[in-house]
Amino acid sequence: MRALKRFGADGIALLLATAIFLVPFSFMLLTAVKDRVQSADLDFAWPTSWPVVQNFVEVIEARDYVLLRAYVNSTILTVVSVALLVIFGAMAAFVLQRRAGKIGKMADFLVLSGLIIPPAIVPTIWLLQGLGLFKTLPGLILVEVAFNLSYAVLLFRAFIAAIPRELDEAAMIDGCSGLRLFFRVIFPLLRPVTITVILTSSVAVFNDFVNPLYFLPGDENATVQVTLYNFQSQYNTQWNLLFMDIVLITIPPLLLFVFFNRKIVAGMTAGAIKG
Amino acid sequence: MTKQHAGPRTGPAPAHEKHVRASKQRAAYPYTLYLPAAVVYLVIFLVPTVMAFYFALTRWTLFDSTFVGLQNFRDFFAEQNLRIGFANTLFYAVVTSGLKVVLGLLLGVLLTSRLRLRGFLRSVVFFPVLVSTVAVGFTFSALLRPDTGLVNRALALVGIDGPDWLGDAGTALLSVALVDVWKGVGIATVIYIAGILSIPRDYYQAVAVDGGGAWHRFRHVTLPLSWPATYSVILLSFIGGLRSFDLIWTMTRGGPGFTSDTIASIIYKQYQAGFFGLSTAGNVILFVVVTAIVVPLNYFLGKRQAAL
Repeated sequence: MRALKRFGADGIALLLATAIFLVPFSFMLLTAVKDRVQSADLDFAWPTSWPVVQNFVEVIEARDYVLLRAYVNSTILTVVSVALLVIFGAMAAFVLQRRAGKIGKMADFLVLSGLIIPPAIVPTIWLLQGLGLFKTLPGLILVEVAFNLSYAVLLFRAFIAAIPRELDEAAMIDGCSGLRLFFRVIFPLLRPVTITVILTSSVAVFNDFVNPLYFLPGDENATVQVTLYNFQSQYNTQWNLLFMDIVLITIPPLLLFVFFNRKIVAGMTAGAIKG
Repeated sequence: MTKQHAGPRTGPAPAHEKHVRASKQRAAYPYTLYLPAAVVYLVIFLVPTVMAFYFALTRWTLFDSTFVGLQNFRDFFAEQNLRIGFANTLFYAVVTSGLKVVLGLLLGVLLTSRLRLRGFLRSVVFFPVLVSTVAVGFTFSALLRPDTGLVNRALALVGIDGPDWLGDAGTALLSVALVDVWKGVGIATVIYIAGILSIPRDYYQAVAVDGGGAWHRFRHVTLPLSWPATYSVILLSFIGGLRSFDLIWTMTRGGPGFTSDTIASIIYKQYQAGFFGLSTAGNVILFVVVTAIVVPLNYFLGKRQAAL
């Protein structure tokens, strides 16, 4: 009886999870592999024909390979932003954790502000334009670094707090301090949290829609999210292609999730609870 | 953050020792390590935030600005189309964070129970967090279509005539908020799971000794002791909800009419229309709303946490 009850609970949970969480994803997949006519119904039906390869090729070739270029842009954006985030964030967090004082308190306050305050959009555009970085990839990279820095600093600081100071002192006796102390001794120890920061920030930057929309508009060097958005307004009769695009864009986070599920979850909960 | 002492100490340190320690600190933890982060943060984030307070008071074309006083703010509150964003933003934040707390807690309890499929279900609930908001927005726009959409087809099966979720002024914003909950409840759930798992088993054993049932366990142990998780979930989803733009923009673009506009979508619309001063005034208003809600909320929730 007990076992039956437990199977029952499992069954109900599975059924609900399928209905609520898996159906939307199967809808994406099914629509992506339908032909153009059937996909226009936008209903939840089994495909009558399976032009999978054709849809894939068409989406890639659409508008002169815009999706491929967007993929390149998004990759550069994500890799460079995350690399800078990790290095800048870890260095700042190290001093912030180790050295209290007026500047430390100030920095603490700024970190929290960065988590809460919504960025001022048009003044940022004005500033980037003044620096000659508006509508450029480097400009957007700096924006992503600035807006995601607080979160990275919080994660790093919590981790550094668990590294004993005796280690620093030992290194200092060996004549290692400042930059060398950080890069030779501390940074290698941060590996676990570095991986967490890399994963969570990559997902955030890759999926970001608002900042590219404002700071890198136009088709020339759009990111995948903006391309997807533009795709909808220009090709709203070809739903199969739109959803093929969605599927292609969902693959990178899906891969990260499959391989690093635990790390990502750990990072997001740690960040939340410490924040 | 508290200052850590190297060892036990009696009385205040002699002056020279203090000096040595300070200079050692300077050498070991130089402020130059702050420099790259500080430059990017100050220039790209802080300067625009501060400048916004000035530009919000101007008529502005990016190249030159004329000071107009509080005119932009007056416009913001006088025009119905703009004022509605205010109420909508609050509604959206309250609905999303309320539902995330309730559903996140329920799912957290469920997924820490002895279900066999626990691991699989946790993944299923969490995955939408990692999917791009634009993709989620488009997918649900299709699922919520009035005639062919899956949601209304399913409702028709049980005899309910579903509304035009996104096309009807009465349901548009609520529908978007529900999709937001669908996408974001995974975060709330994993936060609750972490919170519930950190509750010492002894409490549950104590309830069992007293003969308490499942409801008792939930009501008197899980619920009060997962308070830190609730605190995080409320704060996170409130901050997110007040600022939310992408899901609204991809699903309704603030429509029909202006009925599902939030402050963030109005900022974008005014920017697109070339009213940079007005757009920036929207930013300042959003800033005030967020700080006026989040800072007291943080204080209040933090106090309750300390009292526990």
